[in-house]
Amino acid sequence: MPIQYYIFLCLTLFCIGIVGVLTRRNAIIVFMCIELMLNAVNLLLVAFSKMHHAASVGNNPATTAGIEGQLFVFFIMVVAAAEVSVGLAIIVMMYRNTHSVDINFLNRLKN
Amino acid sequence: MGTIQILFYFLSALAIFSAIMVLLSRNPVHSVLWLIAVFFAISGHYVLLNAQFLAIVNLIVYAGAIMVLFLFVIMLMNLNAETEPRKHIWMKLAGVVSGGCLLMMLISLVRQAVEMGGKKAMMAEGNIGLIKNLGHALFSDYVVPFEITSVLFLSAMVGAVVIGKK
Repeated sequence: MPIQYYIFLCLTLFCIGIVGVLTRRNAIIVFMCIELMLNAVNLLLVAFSKMHHAASVGNNPATTAGIEGQLFVFFIMVVAAAEVSVGLAIIVMMYRNTHSVDINFLNRLKN
Repeated sequence: MGTIQILFYFLSALAIFSAIMVLLSRNPVHSVLWLIAVFFAISGHYVLLNAQFLAIVNLIVYAGAIMVLFLFVIMLMNLNAETEPRKHIWMKLAGVVSGGCLLMMLISLVRQAVEMGGKKAMMAEGNIGLIKNLGHALFSDYVVPFEITSVLFLSAMVGAVVIGKK
């Protein structure tokens, strides 16, 4: 597959995530859209890793060039899991204080 | 058109449609279910790229663990379509327009990049995505970041418990 197709797909998913962050007010949905953006980036990293591998496998068939991209995806998943656990705890705490998950309640932080 | 192309287009259409449905669903539970569909489509893309380890980890970690956590929190708060807060229609329109402008700008940028022309991603072959090679690289070259990750997990766990107990 040409790499442009993967770039277009991932850009579309990423921009859908951005639109979700901008248009929804439910804090949990906003958080899910951030996960969507992370996944778009993960898919693009894997596609680039396979592109790099395809470019260098001709010279040396046993090369592991491009494996770093997939390891970065692994670490991104780990960090995302940690982020979700802390973020959902913060949202639960916010719900207990305000009885709402509307992020417009949070604009009191600016005063 | 070969099988790989057909699968690529099918999975891409599924991912984009489900991602749009995540935004359009009023009920947060439906949003979570559509997001699980997106993750399944992305796992299918990983299988297509022969990144088998990441495909399985994506299913287990994202679709299995993280999304169940989201569902658990949504059901704990008893959110549904009626309690869903809504933005003003002009704010929604502004968000969609700005996101669409960003997408158009990035796509035109990629289309003009000459270095990308002719580059192909290797499909359904290549063995760097197999668990043997990934594990070898992870535990030889990247063993220090791997250990730091465990500290990160420990701190995240402590943080979640401390925040949740207040």
